[in-house]
Amino acid sequence: MTAESHHPFTTVIGLEVHVQLQTETKLFCGCVTTFGSSPNTQVCPTCLGLPGSLPVMNRLAFDLSLRAALALNCKIASFTKWDRKNYFYPDLPKGYQISQFDLPFSYEGHLEVIDPKGVFEPRNVRIIRVHLEEDAGKSMHDEAAGTADSRIDLNRTGTPLCEIVTEPDIRSPEEARAWLNELKLLLVYLGVSDCNMQEGSLRVDANVNLHIPQPDGRLAKTPIVEIKNMNSFRSVERALVYETERQWGEWQATHAEIGSMPKQTRGWDDSAGVTRGQRHKEESSDYRYFPEPDLVPVTVSEEQVAAVRATMGEPPAMLRKTLADRWKIPAYDADVLVNQGPELVEYFEDLAKKVGEGKVASNWMQQDVLRMLNERGGRIADFPVQPAAVADIIERVKKGDFDTGRGKEIFAAVLETGRPVDEVVAGLGIAAVDEGDLQKLCEELIAENPKIVADVKGGKEQAAGGLIGQAKRKNPNVNPGKVRALALELIRALP
Amino acid sequence: MPTQDEATPTLTREDVIKVAMLARLALSDTELSSLTEELSKIVGFVSQLSEINTDEVEPLAHPLDSQNVFREDRPVPSLTTADALRCAPRHDEECFLVPAVLGESGSA
Repeated sequence: MTAESHHPFTTVIGLEVHVQLQTETKLFCGCVTTFGSSPNTQVCPTCLGLPGSLPVMNRLAFDLSLRAALALNCKIASFTKWDRKNYFYPDLPKGYQISQFDLPFSYEGHLEVIDPKGVFEPRNVRIIRVHLEEDAGKSMHDEAAGTADSRIDLNRTGTPLCEIVTEPDIRSPEEARAWLNELKLLLVYLGVSDCNMQEGSLRVDANVNLHIPQPDGRLAKTPIVEIKNMNSFRSVERALVYETERQWGEWQATHAEIGSMPKQTRGWDDSAGVTRGQRHKEESSDYRYFPEPDLVPVTVSEEQVAAVRATMGEPPAMLRKTLADRWKIPAYDADVLVNQGPELVEYFEDLAKKVGEGKVASNWMQQDVLRMLNERGGRIADFPVQPAAVADIIERVKKGDFDTGRGKEIFAAVLETGRPVDEVVAGLGIAAVDEGDLQKLCEELIAENPKIVADVKGGKEQAAGGLIGQAKRKNPNVNPGKVRALALELIRALP
Repeated sequence: MPTQDEATPTLTREDVIKVAMLARLALSDTELSSLTEELSKIVGFVSQLSEINTDEVEPLAHPLDSQNVFREDRPVPSLTTADALRCAPRHDEECFLVPAVLGESGSA
């Protein structure tokens, strides 16, 4: 998969990410930003760009973007303003987008991504800037219907967006995917955005080219290509793998270098698995930015920055360490848990607290809760077996009522039936095996297995394992550990 | 903006054609000629500013001496779809209709 493992070049990738901020209303007006509503039901004179309307900045949108920038280790500008980015498109009713040009509210940050499996070295990706702007609407064209019209829905127009632009610091498609996962996790943990790609809350464009060392020591660079239309992080990775190979092929054929042609935009076709060149609009880069006269500038004091920082909570990178320390679990476990999002971490901590042993709780999370959650889909908050029930099962295993394997069956049954642990245990006939019954069972086994008894007597204690399978067949509720201990004790006591 | 010599700013016909295209203005040859001349004069007039030394002057971000105007994140009722579409030259029951838009949006 990694191109650089067999090709003599470095892949150079930079990302541009747009995330919708988790506000109730739009950036400049009080229309709600609910996804999936009927077309043009969330519009007003301001977001329709009607004459005489004026934008007023949403305070929460600004605070959330400030939070995102701080989490990305950005510097915060003490003075920031907005600008008009002028272009014509039917989904942009004003004829300009209110964005930030020369004085973005934040700049020069970084976010590191560490691969727990060590496939790539930890990568610190620098952030050029984070700025706050408004989204455009949607145009829909039904080519199959063969009509000459496009339909325009302006519900999304004016939704607050944070634009995050990285330096070209990423060196492989899988790094790009891993970094995006880390970014998404960070923004979800901080409550900045739900980062739902299906609903367009997070959109990614990627810039990529190759640096190819030449025999004379010079570094040849292929023309930069911007890839658009990637609808999942997996698509981003696939598109970058494809584009890397395509550029390498093109380089070998043409030796065309950066600067020999205008920057190219290519769209990712997910089903075909290829990028395709898009029509180049020569004028598209001429946006004629100028300061937005309808919005006054915003100033940010050190105190405000400190206040936002104080309410931010722990970013995922820190939370991984905290969880590992607090619950004495391996870094790998902490990574798995944190990567599932804040709701799952809350579930885990609740369980760990009740069980009193982090590692036991973590094992159950990974082997049972997560596995079933992934099978069923949905959110952990709606998962039918909550921490108290899991802790109850674990407690009974610890007491020796039944073994872990049986415990897992009970967990699955509780999940399936939706009934309390007590009832499931009773219903399955999984009652704790009485000491007297256990004694009787072991005596029977010893009588029936002279060979095993002889082996154990001869010093091969592991031979006792042969009794456990038989014990389970006689009574599925027996605890293997107890059977083993008692059987050994009885055998030793034999003359 | 079009590139120009700082001392004697002029606009070429090509500059005006480009700016007109960006603004989606269809100009006749006569209009192009007169606008090239007029716009050159305007740019020349404004360029008087470059004679002043502004090294110590902070760029003006906004003419009003006001900052930090915010609203709370509270919903306000939107227009009805019918009202929103009322002034549009063409629309169906829920959307604005425009000549076919194919290809990529120019949005950021």
